[in-house]
Order: sequence, then structure tokens, then C-alpha cells
Amino acid sequence: MHPQPSDQEIRPVIEAHLHLEGPLLPILHDLQARFGFIPDAARGVIAEALNLSVAEVVGVISFYHDFRKAPAGQHVLKLCRAEACQSVGSEGLAQRVLANLGLEWHGTTADGKLTVEPVYCLGLCACAPALMLDGVVHGRVDDAGVVAILEEAGV
Amino acid sequence: MKDLIIPWDETDKGTPLRVGAPVTLSVDGIEVTVPEGTSVMRAASDAGIQVPKLCATDSLEAFGSCRLCVVEIEGRRGTPASCTTPVVAGMVVKTRSEKVQKIRRGVMELYISDHPLDCLTCSANGDCELQDMAGAVGLREVRYEAGENHFEVRAGAAANAQYIPKDDSNPYFTYDPAKCIVCNRCVRACEEVQGTFALTIEGRGFDSRVSVGAPNFLESDCVSCGACVQACPTATLQEKSVIEIGTPERSVITTCAYCGVGCSFKAELNGDQLVRMVPWKHGKANRGHSCVKGRFAYGYATHQDRILNPMIRDKITDPWREVSWDEAMSFAAGRMRGLQDQYGKNAIGVITSSRCTNEETYLVQKLTRAVFGNNNTDTCARVCHSPTGYGLGQTFGTSAGTQDFDSVEHTDVVVVIGANPTDGHPVFASRLKKRLRAGAKLIVIDPRRIDLVRSAHVSAAHHLALRPGTNVAVVSAMAHVIVTEGLAAESYIRERCDWEEYLAYSDFIGDARHSPEATELLTGVPAAELRAAARAFATGGNGAIYYGLGVTEHSQGSTTVMGIANLAMLTGNVGRKGVGVNPLRGQNNVQGSCDMGSFPHELPGYRHVKGAEVRAIFEKAWGVEIDPEPGLRIPNMLDAAVEGTFKGLYCQGEDILQSDPDTKHVAAGLAAMECVIVHDLFLNETANYAHVFLPGSSFLEKDGTFTNAERRINRVRRVMAPKNGYEDWEVTQLLANAMGAGWHYTHPSQIMAEIAMTTPSFAGVTYEVLEEKGSVQWPCNEAHPDGTPLMHVDGFVRGKGRFIVTEYVATDEKTGPRFPLLLTTGRTLSQYNVGAQTRRTANVAWHDEDVLEIHPHDAEVRGVKDRDWVRLASRAGETSLRAKITDRVSPGVVYTTFHHPDTQANVITTDFSDWATNCPEFKVTAVQVNLSNGPSAWQEDYNAHAGLARRILPAAE
Repeated sequence: MHPQPSDQEIRPVIEAHLHLEGPLLPILHDLQARFGFIPDAARGVIAEALNLSVAEVVGVISFYHDFRKAPAGQHVLKLCRAEACQSVGSEGLAQRVLANLGLEWHGTTADGKLTVEPVYCLGLCACAPALMLDGVVHGRVDDAGVVAILEEAGV
Repeated sequence: MKDLIIPWDETDKGTPLRVGAPVTLSVDGIEVTVPEGTSVMRAASDAGIQVPKLCATDSLEAFGSCRLCVVEIEGRRGTPASCTTPVVAGMVVKTRSEKVQKIRRGVMELYISDHPLDCLTCSANGDCELQDMAGAVGLREVRYEAGENHFEVRAGAAANAQYIPKDDSNPYFTYDPAKCIVCNRCVRACEEVQGTFALTIEGRGFDSRVSVGAPNFLESDCVSCGACVQACPTATLQEKSVIEIGTPERSVITTCAYCGVGCSFKAELNGDQLVRMVPWKHGKANRGHSCVKGRFAYGYATHQDRILNPMIRDKITDPWREVSWDEAMSFAAGRMRGLQDQYGKNAIGVITSSRCTNEETYLVQKLTRAVFGNNNTDTCARVCHSPTGYGLGQTFGTSAGTQDFDSVEHTDVVVVIGANPTDGHPVFASRLKKRLRAGAKLIVIDPRRIDLVRSAHVSAAHHLALRPGTNVAVVSAMAHVIVTEGLAAESYIRERCDWEEYLAYSDFIGDARHSPEATELLTGVPAAELRAAARAFATGGNGAIYYGLGVTEHSQGSTTVMGIANLAMLTGNVGRKGVGVNPLRGQNNVQGSCDMGSFPHELPGYRHVKGAEVRAIFEKAWGVEIDPEPGLRIPNMLDAAVEGTFKGLYCQGEDILQSDPDTKHVAAGLAAMECVIVHDLFLNETANYAHVFLPGSSFLEKDGTFTNAERRINRVRRVMAPKNGYEDWEVTQLLANAMGAGWHYTHPSQIMAEIAMTTPSFAGVTYEVLEEKGSVQWPCNEAHPDGTPLMHVDGFVRGKGRFIVTEYVATDEKTGPRFPLLLTTGRTLSQYNVGAQTRRTANVAWHDEDVLEIHPHDAEVRGVKDRDWVRLASRAGETSLRAKITDRVSPGVVYTTFHHPDTQANVITTDFSDWATNCPEFKVTAVQVNLSNGPSAWQEDYNAHAGLARRILPAAE
């Protein structure tokens, strides 16, 4: 298990959102923003604070692929694998990008700089194949385009 | 499977019953009228048409995920799910059109593509809804090839990453993810029915799995109530007993023998082998729900420790000698009669059991009244709810709770005083939590932060964490607030209560000394919080009070009960649905044992033995003369035994040595007697002091009735033959006849007929009525032929409700320098009472020893760490157990349970008792706690004695 933040670090993050109606997702987002992932240690604390069961909290965290169990690399590259992108060769592109980086899906480079993940539709179907790097979307990418985008980001 | 006993409809109608205006529609050409809000699925079922379904079951709200129940509705687009579609007048529904049949087969094909095809060796074979539905939709082929799936251990050469092995950590059921179709029924059952929220769906899409959010079931929040197992349509959640034995082939409806909720169960059997106990959906107390004890912890009935042959011995230091029933009876009868000849007719007596049936209890008290010729009968209610009988009798006129459990569904404000329903009365707690989740407010008055104060989706609006022993002060302060702030329901009081007495009471309670501010120092409850709670109760709508032994087991237990009755009358909260005063009775038949005349001053039906007309009824029925003098209570019997005037006792199904206070005094009393007859399943602790042991029969082995906390008379039905040869009422009859009684009952229904003949509140109760109605609540007579779910509807039974002044008098048990802490006692979910039954089941997986809960502050100043052995000492005695550090208890308060004889918590408790009824003050003992290195001297001496006392001579060759 990844080193966990302490109770003292977790509690203030949770308490900051308790005034909201439906504070669970804001809490989870904030925890991930703060620690880069949702610490297992936070499950019980969240459950207690919101008067939920631990199972319910686990159910919500695990429902969203973007909530992480361990921190991602410095940069996160999401390659679209949905239908429109597939129809213009995104699968081949993705396999080549992964092979060049020596990664599997969800893998992180050894230097900790980059994590590559699949995503199912970025809403850029007209500009397929599409990807997203650190929240910024790019359309009509090809092999060279991916290399350039990564280089620009300093990966 | 067919019910052998009652032809109740067991069809699963898919969605819950609704109440509303009638709506008529047509389903497959059949006209059907159902209440508004009913689903199309349920309407179809009412019309006799079962729509195929997997995720729907009528104990849960519709979910609409399996898509098997789709139907066509004229004038609507598409194929809506019948479970989530409410009926509309004039709707024309087709459940078997070609189109929906095809959709269903397609859906089923997808389900089966990710399900193992091992039906023949599957534990749910023959009891599987997936199997049934595959048949119902006419699935004939599965065109999908095995690809990614959840059920194969290996995927080609590699391990299948999607495969999760079976979780068999729970002692009673297994979770096999390979069989799961993710219908969500278990998750919803845990939420909607049980209210624990221990289950969830982890992941999404194809990765969705049922999960407990913990490493396994045993380590999770799961309370093992069995609701998920009950809801599971496949073998995913399956009783281990079914895996081991196979599916049952017959069933008998009976009543659980644990707590006072009195859940109805279907005992499912193969031959006379019990396969499983499942909660019966038509049970009016439990409505198809159960807890870990009733559902699973029945293994004690066949435990190897059960004694099956009668045994006798001359002295308690001798080993036991197994003898025939004849020899045992003549030995016992001879001794008892000898004692009467030598010491007088009042030298012997009986203790009736709150675990045996009404009929058995009736016979035991009849034994002492008609055969022994005295009134020396008492029962374990003495040590639990005797103040309830007294207090409610005085104020309302009946010695029982006012409502049925269904009433909680109409409550707006609930007060829980001195009760821990999630542990002690779990099925009621689930029904209460459901109501709380729907918006009812909760006020908890308890020194401990019980689970109801705060647990998933439930939190108390007010928790008044009072100091043990100050109940009267708190209840009176609430009444003070209501009276002085003008919140009393004056018109209700004028109409239904004695106005003059109310005026006197309001003068008394309005005095400033009862104000929350004046009593705050004493009770430890902040005045503002108490005022807020009192206002909430008085103004929040239907207010109901539920209370337990935390109210009664005090030196002022009866006073608190009257104070509670006052609160209910003050706020107009008696006599309709959703309100009332509801004692949560501890044992399965403690209400019944009180009804049946177990108390030394009362003949059956709570009629004083001094009343000549009442005696005349029984004298005529029994053909004997009844002693007009009340007999001895349990504590008096023990005192008299120590003095040398009480010499013989017949104790049925109760372990007074472990369950009664001040163990050393009980032991001294028993040791001083010359004939102690113990009638029990096991060589219990009391049997260590017995001369005659009569083996008892379990609730599975007898016919009879139990009366639960809502006065409901439920049938207990014989599921298997008694292993000891006789049902308990037969054993009592043998003893009576050995003493010359000449009884000749051949079935408990004859005993019930005698009860009905002599006791007005039971006049209409017969086994035929119980067969027909399932159960009835007393009073059941000419005026109430169907029984009485709600009492005091048109006015109080005694005439005018009576306000009684409730002066707070502190108990004599006080803390001081030597004993600075207050000990209070209670129970846990998995264990029951003295543990004689539950300790002999796998329930020990949850609670294998009694521990002492202590606040971190009190622990720290004593150098006590979690799991340390500590010595717990009071003025009465000392014992040792392990500490559990928790802030559930307040500083200055420690808490333990009394389930294990090794701990003997009652060595510590004192012989202070309720002023009116002698109910012992279990809930308050001044104690000291310090570090220790193991069991106390008493524990070691006692264990040595118990070892010797339990020796049984080998049978002669």
C-alpha cells in the first residue's frame, strides 16, 4: 500500500466540506487534489463524519475510475478508446504510444513523470483520434503529434 | 416447497404492498384492482400472473436493473420494466407478447454467459431463481462464447483476474462471487430491511462486484442478520447448513425462542433434520426479518453438552447418577414431600421460566398452587420487567406494552430509554431505524453511546447521557419542562385521566426542584439539551417511548416506569397508532410467564391471590383449595433458604446463579436447600447446586405458545421429537403426578383451554384461532375476538389514567473513595442472556468473552491499556476480565455484559432492588477497577467447584 497520510492530515480536508449538501464527492476530489489519491485510511474517517457506512464510501470511491488508490505520475495522459476514435485508428496509435514508453494501460514511467490511461470519449469525436494531457484536450493526433505534445510538456 | 401447517400465500409478488385508492387495469386480459402506487408487476401477481424477475422481491423497493420483467403496455412506447412502473387506471398490460419474450431470452442469455453451468452440483440447485427464470423465459441456447468472465478460476494458462474466491469467513453463510449476478438484492436488503449498510457494489460496469468494503464478511460491519442471504436469488449468499445438508423438503412455522420480539420463523427440514431457520414473511412481529440469533444460532438444540437423561444425587458434592424418569420422579417427589412434612408446606417452591411456553409456565405455577399448596412461585421477570408490570398496572391498568411493533411505522418522535435495541432487540431495531431514516426524530436516554445514537444514516436528535441511577430525575425533569412550558395535552388529560390527580401531579412536578437546571449536577445531563428533548417529544407529533432493562433494573425501577407512563399521558401519547409505552421485553416469553400467574401474589391474568372470587375460579377448575397468602419472591426464597426455612426448589429453564444479582448470596441460598430440582437443557450454573436434574426440551421439540413484548400470542410448533423423550410440560406433569396430582393433559392445547376458561384476557384464545389468524394479541375475548393490537384506544383499561408522583430517591449504592466508578451492565447482539444457548453456537466468533468498557480517561489514570486484564471489585465481590477502552461510556462509568459464566459479572452486583417489586439493581454498582494478572480467587474457586459438581458417573456396565 502507498504510504498513507495521517489522520491529522485527512480530517481537516473532510471537515472543510461538511457544510455542503452532499459533501462526499467534494471531499473525495479535495483528498485526491491534496494527496494525489484517496487514502484507504480516509474511508473510515469519511464514513464517520458523514454518518455513512464504510461500505458505502468504498462503493462511491470505486465507482469513479478517476479516484486513485495510489498517486499517478507527474503528468497524466488519457488516450481515447471510444468508438469514433477507434474508427480512425486510435487503438493502433495507443499501442504504439504504450510500446514506445514501455508501459501497459494505467502504467507509470519509471521516472514517475507520466501515467497513461484509457478514457472512453472526450467529446471530441469530430476531431478523432483525441487525447487529454493534464486536463487539456488535443484532437486529430498522430504518432508524431503525441511525441510533440509530450515533449512540450517536458516528459 | 410446501407448508405443512398453514396454507398462507408465499408467492413473491416482486414489489411491496401499497396503500391507496383502488385502481383497475387489465393484465393479459384479466381485470385486476389494486391500490394506487402498486407496480404493474405486483398487480400482475395479484391477477395470478408471475412476470419473470431477478432483481425484484417484495421485501424491497423496486430497482429496475435486471430488465427481465419488461412488459408491453398499450399506448406506451418501448417495453417498460413492470417492477418500476406504477399502475394507471385502464392500463392494458401484456406480459407474454412475442416481443417481450424475445427480450427476456436475450437478457437471460447474457446473464448465463457469465454464470457457471454447474447447476447439478450447486448448493442452490432446486432453490435458485436464476434457474427458475431460465426455465420461465424458455432459454434454450447460449450463443456467446466464454470470454472474459467472473467464474472461471483460470483464463487459459493464466489466473483469471476477475475471479474472486469464495468468502467463508462468516460462520453461517458463504459469499461466492462466481455465482453473483449483481442484482443488488443483498445490498438493498442490508440497507432497507436491516439498516446496517454493510454491503455495497464495488466498481462499475463489468467490474461491479458485491463487496463489504472490508477484507471479508466477518471483519466487516455485517451483523449476520441473514437478510442478504434471504434476498439472494442464487447460491452467491448461501447458508452453510444448506451447502452441507442440501435443500430442505418441508417446513414448519414456529416462533423464535430468543428475545421478546418473538419473530416467526419457518423451520425448514429434511425429515427431522433441521436445515435452516428462515424468517417467515407473514410473521406479524418481524415481517420477514431476523437477527443472527434466531436465524442461525439454533445449534445449541443439538449440542453435545445437552443432557438427555434424568440424573439424581444425594448431596451436591456427589457425582451425578443417571437414572430412569420413574426413579428421578419418585426421588424428587419423595424429597419434596419429605421437606414439606418436616419443615411445613411453605418450605418448597418453584421458579417458572420465561423461555418455556405459556402452557408450561402455567403448569409450573399450578404445581406450586395446586400440588405444593402454597404460592411460592416466581419467575425471571422478577429480575427484569417486574417494575413494568407494576408501574403500568398502576397507571394504565394493564401490565403490558400498549402497542404492536407495526405501530413504529407511524411514529414521529421516538424516545428510547435504557434499551439498546440494535443489540437486545435487533429485529425491532431494524424496523425502528427504517422509520428514523424516513424522518422520525430520536431521543436516546442512556449512559452509553449506543449504536442508535449514531450509526450509518441514523442519528439521535438528542442523547441524554445520564449518570446511571438517575432515570427518575431525568424523566421527571422532562415532565417538568412539559408542564411548566404549557406543552401538556390538557384536553386529552381532561378527557382520559383523573383531572384531580393530574392537578396534584402538576403541582408536584412543576416545583423548581424538578427543573433540568436543578437536577443537572445530579444527572449529568445538560439542562438545555434536556429541555430541547422534552419540547421535541411534546410537540413533534406521534411520540412513542420504548424502554428496556435500563429503566427497570434499578432501586427506583417502578418509579421510572410510572414516570414514563406520566410522560405519555401528559403528551396525549396513548391510545392510537404510532404512540404508546412499549417495554422491550428481554426473553421470548417473559410477557407470557407474567401473564400466566408466575408471581407469588398473582393468579393468571394479574389477579391478586387474596381475591376470593378469583381463587374460587381456580379452586373450582383445579379441585383444590388455594392459599390466600402470597408466597415468596426469588430473593425471599434465597433469604429463607439461608435462614433454614426454605428447603426445596423446582427451577425450570432458568439459571438463577448466573442471572441473578449477588452470586455469592444466590450460591449460599441454593447450597442451603435440601432438594434443588433443575429442569434445563444443560448442566447450567444453578445445576451445580442441584440434587435432581430433569433434562429439558428445546423450543424446536415442543408445541405451545409464546407471548412477545407486544402481547402477541404466537404458536410454537414441534419441529422434531424431544431428544430427552418428553416436552417440558410433560415433565412437569410427571413430577406433579408423582406427588399425587392426577393430571392428565395429553396436548398443550388442553392447557390453553384451561387458561382460556379461567383467565378473561385469554378467554378467546384457542389453538384453532391461532391456526386461523396466525397469532393474536391479548386481550382476546368476546369483546375483542380478533385480539387487541392497540390498548387503551377509547380510554384506559383502569378507567381514568392515573398520574403518580415520582419523587427521585437516590439509590443507596453510591460511589465513594473505595469504589469511585459506576458499573452498568447490558448485552451484545450475538449473545443472549446468560449465554447458555448462544455460547454453544458459532456466535462466539463475534463475542467470545465479556469485556469491561472503560473511558480512556479512567483507563489512563489507572494505567490500563486495551485488552489488559483488570480486576473489577464492588462491595459485593470481585471478578477479573479484559478491558476495552472506548468513549462509548462516559468518564466515571464502566460497562460489561453477563453472557459468560467465567466472568460472573453478577458476583459484583449488589442485592439492592426496586422498592416495589424487588427487581434487582443490576444497572448500578459502585466499583473500582485496577490492573490484574488473571482470574480472581472467586473465579478459580468457583470453576473448581463447578468442575466437581458436573461429574456424571459412568453408566453401570
